[in-house]
Amino acid sequence: MNANSGILSYGAYIPRLRLQRSAIFAANAWFAAGLKGLAMGERAIANWDEDSVTMAVEAARDCLTGFDRGTVTALSLASTTHPFADRLNSGIVKEALTLSDSISALDVAGSQRAGTSSLIQALNAGVNGGTQLCVASELRKARPASEGELVQGDAAAAILVGAGDPIARFIGSHSVTLDFVDHFRASGADFDYTWESRWIRDEGYSMLLGDALAAAIETLVVDPAKIDRLLIPITVRGVPEGLAKKLGVPAAAVADTLAPNVGDSGVAHPLLMLAAALEQARPGETIMLVGFGQGCDVLLFETTEAIANLPRRDGFSGALARGKADENYLRFLFHRGLLDLDRGMRAEADQKQPGTTLFRNRKTVLGLVGGRCTKTGTVQFPRSEISVNPTDRAIGTQEDYPLAEKQARIVTYTADSLTYSPAPPQYYGMIDFEGGGRMFTEFADVDAESIEVGLAMKMMFRIKAVDEKRDFIKYFWKAVPVQQPAAGE
Amino acid sequence: MAKGIKDKVAILGMGCAKFGERWDKDAEQLAVEAFQEAIADAGIDTSQIDAAWLSVAFDAVNIGPSGIPLATALRLPNIGVTKVENYCASGTEAFRGAVYAVASGAADIALAVGVEKLKDTGYGGLPVRTRGSTFDMIGVTGSAPGNFAQLAAAYRNAHGVSKDDLKLAMAHVSVKSHANGAKNPKAHLRKLIDIDTVMNAPMIADPLGLFDCCGVSDGAACAIVTTPEIAHTLGKRDLVTVKALQIVTSNGWESQGTGWNGSYFHTTRTAAVKAYAEAGVTNPRDEISLIEVHDCFSITELVTMEDLYISPEGEGWKDVLNGFFDADGKVPCQIDGGLKCFGHPIGASGLRMIYENYLQLLGRAGERQRSTPPRLALSHNLGGMPNQNVSAVAIVGLPDA
Repeated sequence: MNANSGILSYGAYIPRLRLQRSAIFAANAWFAAGLKGLAMGERAIANWDEDSVTMAVEAARDCLTGFDRGTVTALSLASTTHPFADRLNSGIVKEALTLSDSISALDVAGSQRAGTSSLIQALNAGVNGGTQLCVASELRKARPASEGELVQGDAAAAILVGAGDPIARFIGSHSVTLDFVDHFRASGADFDYTWESRWIRDEGYSMLLGDALAAAIETLVVDPAKIDRLLIPITVRGVPEGLAKKLGVPAAAVADTLAPNVGDSGVAHPLLMLAAALEQARPGETIMLVGFGQGCDVLLFETTEAIANLPRRDGFSGALARGKADENYLRFLFHRGLLDLDRGMRAEADQKQPGTTLFRNRKTVLGLVGGRCTKTGTVQFPRSEISVNPTDRAIGTQEDYPLAEKQARIVTYTADSLTYSPAPPQYYGMIDFEGGGRMFTEFADVDAESIEVGLAMKMMFRIKAVDEKRDFIKYFWKAVPVQQPAAGE
Repeated sequence: MAKGIKDKVAILGMGCAKFGERWDKDAEQLAVEAFQEAIADAGIDTSQIDAAWLSVAFDAVNIGPSGIPLATALRLPNIGVTKVENYCASGTEAFRGAVYAVASGAADIALAVGVEKLKDTGYGGLPVRTRGSTFDMIGVTGSAPGNFAQLAAAYRNAHGVSKDDLKLAMAHVSVKSHANGAKNPKAHLRKLIDIDTVMNAPMIADPLGLFDCCGVSDGAACAIVTTPEIAHTLGKRDLVTVKALQIVTSNGWESQGTGWNGSYFHTTRTAAVKAYAEAGVTNPRDEISLIEVHDCFSITELVTMEDLYISPEGEGWKDVLNGFFDADGKVPCQIDGGLKCFGHPIGASGLRMIYENYLQLLGRAGERQRSTPPRLALSHNLGGMPNQNVSAVAIVGLPDA
């Protein structure tokens, strides 16, 4: 539709822990023996300190690799699991990414295709829309011993859209909307209620989606045989292959649904698959992307020469490789609030967050912005009126100095088994940033055997604490090891 | 530098409650217990006290935010009572208030009382508390052992000491303190332990096991101070005078600046230098007779031996293993059992250390009395955590020392 606009960049985030489906099934087999057929592979699970906001931040950071963040003019966060019903979730993401205050931001919700729908909106805005960051993120929540618990996964993906030199041109899209209630979740409810899978497969995937894809192929005037990648985020075995066959799309074009090692990440899934596809795509490829939920979205892209020049990033494959196999099903239940462990008196500490303090310090807290003395170059966190430099206590000379993208090294550490943590022991210590500045911080995603003074760390946006009395989530940054062994190592 | 207060203030009397799990008493009652001993020792009447300082570190489980509970409990004669709080260094802070009041001439006789009621929290260890709404957003609310455990990895890294060697030296620290505490009737923990018990104890915060951590206790301690002249007038013959009193507070350099490697206490080194200058001590390893340090954790005591310039940097762990700080060693450390075994009722600890040094200098320490007559005794009282803390050093001694 607009030859000059399209996808500028992509990013992905998959939480590190990969819960083995065999462990889920083993715990529930006595009750739900019928789940055995799904007890293969692993699913991504967010840690206790991750949610759809923190995962969105990580995917967005990956997506913005090599881009000037000052150019972003709009941000959207699509999810059906926004942590806040009334506090702009994308506003938190904006602060964490230290984007300009002068941007628009929007939370998009309501269906599993919220991610593709918001992407279509951004792409259709064309050059007038500026540079738009479309993020989709989902922290799935399913009842224990449900099918969803096995097939779902947590993840986030981000797509940067705008004018300039796109890596994939947007050819166009086709959408249909039908109140097809394959599942639903009322406002405030924790879990989905799902109708019979045979009906969803036949009426939903084969008919509704099949017809929409056929219509899209006709409307967008594309030869199905020339589609290089068909991204259908339906993890039910055989569905994408069946649709491709019916439409005349080559079997080889059917993209991996990431069912074996990530799971269906809901709203994030189409964008995650798109990020995975773009990572592998060469110039001149035709990519068809689908979003399904009370109707469907079909988007068509063609990659350009620019895709070969995109700066390196962790991307989907990096996020996937970061995985660590996890067999601890009870811990997973606890972290999802589905197991009420005795947490002890130390967990009773009041986490009340004054709104005034948070707003005043939002750059420090949410953006991890420190200070740099313009006179001496001293970097410090947090910034202060009077410099920490013992040789020059310069007053009022500090400028903002973002630290989130700086690597760091461990100076001191411990594994604390006494303090309350949902995932004991709690690792924390002091780190020195490359280029100056140090901080005393919590660590996340640490392996007991590899932690040592000098270990390279990077920062990640995480939940620091939850005020359970008032339902408020306190976010901050934690240090995680830079190089993490792949699963099984 | 200011010329200091050496020998301007004498200790008129001291007292200390039995430390431990004092299920039987409130904070106010513990204060009375320590006060009764001190005032009897001083040989004065309550009405002769001109000013008082009260140290308590934990508001929530104690007595609230003022000096009123002390004035009420002791029925003080409507004098100024100042409540002070400076983390675990609060006890020495209260002592400083009283000593400075006397040294300045503002008071003839001043009282310092430290008290803490920790065993009303319902759980082991120190209570979780806020450090202000700004800190709480970006800081780490770790446990005390977690904060201090970090010294170990940094120390190993700085001095090339193996994990096993350091763990063994840390164990020696605790075994020694238990041996000393066993001889102290007022101590919280009075059981002898062996190296294996320490080495194999459950991990609290790596590498600190259960026996690397001090007791968490209820207790109170008390000092009554005056000038040496007034002490003589009052008939006091066996005097102990204050030689030096220094408190040094972190200004953020360790935690925000560049250069601190996490293996030592910058504040303690600074406080030690200032205190030795004030007391006229030039060679602490030879001149200091005995020391009470803030051994909240074994590793804290170990690195503090270097920060007080008793052991050369990086060599403290060898002195420990060689028995240099044992009760029969060259410079006994924690001859009363220390925080480790005497116990650690936060607000009282700094005063308890001075109490022990006072008894030892006067030869009144009973079964645990140091055989070589001590002349100069140092106490080191630390509050906070390695990267941000308050470090207090007090030196007391015989008048001619």
